[in-house]
Amino acid sequence: MSFINYMAREINCKIVYYGPGLCGKTTNLQYIYERTNPEAKGKMISLATETERTLFFDFLPLALGEIRGFKTRFHLYTVPGQVFYDASRKLILKGVDGVIFVADSQMERLEANQESVDNLRINLAEQGYSLEKIPYVVQYNKRDLPNAMEVPELRELVNPMKVPDFEACARSGVGVFDTLKAVSKAVLTELKRGG
Amino acid sequence: MVNPQMVMYEEEFNQIQTVVDRLVKEANAKVVFIVDKNGQLIAASGEVDNIDTTSLASLTAGNIAATGGIAKLLRENEFATQFHEGERANIHIQLVGNRVILVVIFDAKSSLGLVRLRVRKASDELNRVFEALLSKVAEPGSDSPFAEITDEDIDNLFND
Repeated sequence: MSFINYMAREINCKIVYYGPGLCGKTTNLQYIYERTNPEAKGKMISLATETERTLFFDFLPLALGEIRGFKTRFHLYTVPGQVFYDASRKLILKGVDGVIFVADSQMERLEANQESVDNLRINLAEQGYSLEKIPYVVQYNKRDLPNAMEVPELRELVNPMKVPDFEACARSGVGVFDTLKAVSKAVLTELKRGG
Repeated sequence: MVNPQMVMYEEEFNQIQTVVDRLVKEANAKVVFIVDKNGQLIAASGEVDNIDTTSLASLTAGNIAATGGIAKLLRENEFATQFHEGERANIHIQLVGNRVILVVIFDAKSSLGLVRLRVRKASDELNRVFEALLSKVAEPGSDSPFAEITDEDIDNLFND
């Protein structure tokens, strides 16, 4: 749920990176953080375990620029991907405006990807959202790995709705901003429609 | 979308700002701020220059969300109040009208008793303002400033 502030003349939107454990959600945020001008970003917060696995969420506030005199701010969140953190994932989806599903392209992670998409659908439904209606894009991450599945096959199994999708390698940054731009545009288009 | 759009207008913003400004003085607090349950900062007052209010807002909302999750598991409605005591700074977090979060940061110049007392009064006032705000937003004809933006406006935002 976006927040329009007429007083500060700004609009705030929430974007959530979803996906199975170790698919690269935090890496996406880290890359965005490293490559964004200091004036356009706030502090990145990671609530992680000692082994640097996301425990609750990562958070990165970004300022994209102005539209008709309104500053647009995006709050990027990741969820903890590990299966047993489901209660936390539900909390982070509250008030979401757009979702990026980060799929792990490795053959061995196919089942984890599918499980995570199902989990996303269920958790969104609990909040009264549907995957069909919310701004939603898919990223196929880790394209550089030798055991990466072919994209058409992955698309068939992980993105049956055929929403906009992007090949990425979050570690080197390939596809990271393309994915973010796509979901941000979708969120603003939804706002325009009065969502 | 299921949730009503959160919108802040000048009139209500000024009322809210008056309440938080007064709370800083009356509770002898260092900082007072208001966040919505999704982590968006609504208003702040006091010594805000030295703290990262955006991060604080997001973490406070996460904290309230996690505590709310625990409450649900215990079949409680909500834990509406939280208090964390540090060596120098203390933080009092109050859920107002199950909609926004009122946060008071204070040190040894104040006390928990005083903060609780002042927060109670401020909560009532804030509740009234937010109720009025919500009914205003729900009114038909309250149009979004984004209704008239074009695809070109959106594209321009992403032209590096």
